[in-house]
Amino acid sequence: MDRIASLGRVGLDVVATVGRAGRFLAGVLTGVSRPSVGFPLLVRQLYSVGVLSLAIVVVSGLFIGMVLGLQGYTILSDYGSEAAIGQMIALTLVRELGPVVTALLFAGRAGSALTAEIGLMKATEQLSSMEMMGVDPLRRVIAPRLWAGFIAMPILAAIFSVVGIWGGMLVGVEWLGVFEGSFWGNMQSSVSFTQDVLNGVIKTVVFGFVFSWIAVFQGYDCVPTSAGISSATTKTVVYSSLAVLGLDFVLTAVMFGDF
Amino acid sequence: MDSGAYITLRDVVFSRSGRRIFDGVSLDIPRGKITAIMGPSGTGKTTLLRLIGGQLRPDSGSIVVAGESVPQLKRKALYTLREKMGMLFQSGALFTDLSVFENVAFPLRVHTALPEDMIRDIVLMKLEAVGLRGARRLMPAELSGGMTRRVALARSIALDPELIMYDEPFAGQDPIAMGVLVKLIRDLNLSMGLTSVLVSHDVPESLSICHYACIVADGQIIGEGTPEELRQHPSERVQQFLNGHPDGPVPFHYPADDAGVDWGLGGGSA
Amino acid sequence: MAQRTTEIVTGLFIIAGLAALMFLALQVSGLSPKSDADTYTLYANFNDVGGITPRGKVAMAGVTVGSVKSVTLDRDTFQARVELTIDANVDNIPADSSAVIRTSGLLGEQYIDISIGGDMDSLNAGDTFYSTQSAMNLERLITNFASGK
Ligand SMILES: Nc1ncnc2c1ncn2[C@@H]1O[C@H](COP(=O)(O)OP(=O)(O)OP(=O)(O)O)[C@@H](O)[C@H]1O
Ligand SMILES: [Mg+2]
Repeated sequence: MDRIASLGRVGLDVVATVGRAGRFLAGVLTGVSRPSVGFPLLVRQLYSVGVLSLAIVVVSGLFIGMVLGLQGYTILSDYGSEAAIGQMIALTLVRELGPVVTALLFAGRAGSALTAEIGLMKATEQLSSMEMMGVDPLRRVIAPRLWAGFIAMPILAAIFSVVGIWGGMLVGVEWLGVFEGSFWGNMQSSVSFTQDVLNGVIKTVVFGFVFSWIAVFQGYDCVPTSAGISSATTKTVVYSSLAVLGLDFVLTAVMFGDF
Repeated sequence: MDSGAYITLRDVVFSRSGRRIFDGVSLDIPRGKITAIMGPSGTGKTTLLRLIGGQLRPDSGSIVVAGESVPQLKRKALYTLREKMGMLFQSGALFTDLSVFENVAFPLRVHTALPEDMIRDIVLMKLEAVGLRGARRLMPAELSGGMTRRVALARSIALDPELIMYDEPFAGQDPIAMGVLVKLIRDLNLSMGLTSVLVSHDVPESLSICHYACIVADGQIIGEGTPEELRQHPSERVQQFLNGHPDGPVPFHYPADDAGVDWGLGGGSA
Repeated sequence: MAQRTTEIVTGLFIIAGLAALMFLALQVSGLSPKSDADTYTLYANFNDVGGITPRGKVAMAGVTVGSVKSVTLDRDTFQARVELTIDANVDNIPADSSAVIRTSGLLGEQYIDISIGGDMDSLNAGDTFYSTQSAMNLERLITNFASGK
């Protein structure tokens, strides 16, 4: 009996949290924006969320592309079709690894920082004092961060894919001697702009939105204590990783599944 | 009641985590005067200020500030009303990523379109008033507790609000700074006719500058009036608080079980 | 000053993102800014298209000159009719050229190779290849060989 009751309680908690998150999002998007100085704030957040995540994204992209090149070559050269590594690398990166790995890296690098920053502002009453000055923190603090995550994500994912393809070419063409013309030619004939590139971009846009929403909501909703902030940070990374992987499956099924 | 009240509370009931903090509080805060709110720690003085600022909503009762019923206000109207208020938080609540100067300039930047040199002049003036003009380039992390409080005070008066609420401005101040702050609060009130609400434990300081005072305890206002009236107040509890006697009807302890239970002593077997 | 640097760096970041997207569009997916006006259509009928699918490669002498647009079944002849999009600058394919389905590598992807004929006339937009050679079906080849045919 107790188990059932506690299960029910957890269920109600989840529903309540989702409801709070929805109201929170509505507040962010419609909040009082009268003192509007949005643009410089957005730029600052884009810098700290996007530009500062560039290094980890570029380095990871390069290595993943190089690994794909090596693995692909070993497998494909058994069948004499090593020229196909171009398309293999490009398709894996553009469709899957670009959006997903970037989102996971981004959640670890920028999401946790966003949550911790907002949580700390809450704990030290900075958000309250802003409210009392007649400035809506949802608009002033939360909205720029939400948008910054949303905008930075597709950019980072595109850069990730390009760097990865370049890394794959480095290994495949420069090192293992696959003919460059067929590397690119195969890639171009099998990667479709609408089917692959655009679908990849749509994925990153969805991931960016969900991820930023989770990160800022966890910060804003946290219990304003050190333990509360650390648990909110953990939740951001765990929830956004799970959300990204789950959504990736759903989106892939819708986009590439034939039904 | 008379039209001289800037803030009116009627039968305000408020509870938090199941504990009733206010149980029918009614209070008039006169316009253009300094009103001191005193009371034992943890009775809800800060909560009272948050209710006035609309950050918390009462369970029942009405709160009217400048003619507007705060709990009923829509978000937008509430934010507009708050532009007329300044509040000094108990913790200071400075923006940690902005310098002292930028902290004080913040309300000016968001609510006015003043040119940069005017903002600079105003900020330096406010910082001068709290004796921290020289500290303008420091970051909040580099300030002491008392300095933080004074910067926060400078920030809350930056916009010259109609109403300013000070949550324990004297805590952590040395006698000189305290004297300066007392004078500053009085001057602000005299020169600009600010309605000031002062929450403090410092009975002598508060009574020396306020025009009107009330004492909150046990979810009620146990005494109110001018400082003179309070000193003559017949209630034992008021006298106990004003004179700081540990024993009396006002409990020093947060409500707790019988001490014997917590210390693991069986009833009477000690 | 610091704010200015941040703005510039952020601007560069966004430009880099757009450039990456352009790269994905042009270099990776081979989307060319030139539209249909820069290509023309040819048709080829095959008995068996094997693994040819839309977006497949069309090559001449190993150089990609176009792509497969669609593969449909001709209801009258029961042949596969393949629509090919050829680059406009390759406008001199001899009229007696044939379309051959080949495999890159042993198990690699199949593509359509145009083997050049010797005619002076060339194929025009909308023409159909005169001769074609269907996919080499490994399985059928082995069966034929085993049955001594
Ligand atoms: N977030 C909260 N959740 C639950 N209860 C709270 C919360 N904040 C304060 N309280 C309770 O409300 C009561 C009043 O708190 P408040 O901060 O208003 O006291 P105070 O009069 O300002 O005390 P002090 O003089 O020490 O600042 C306290 O008993 C406290 O336990
Ligand atoms: Mg307090």
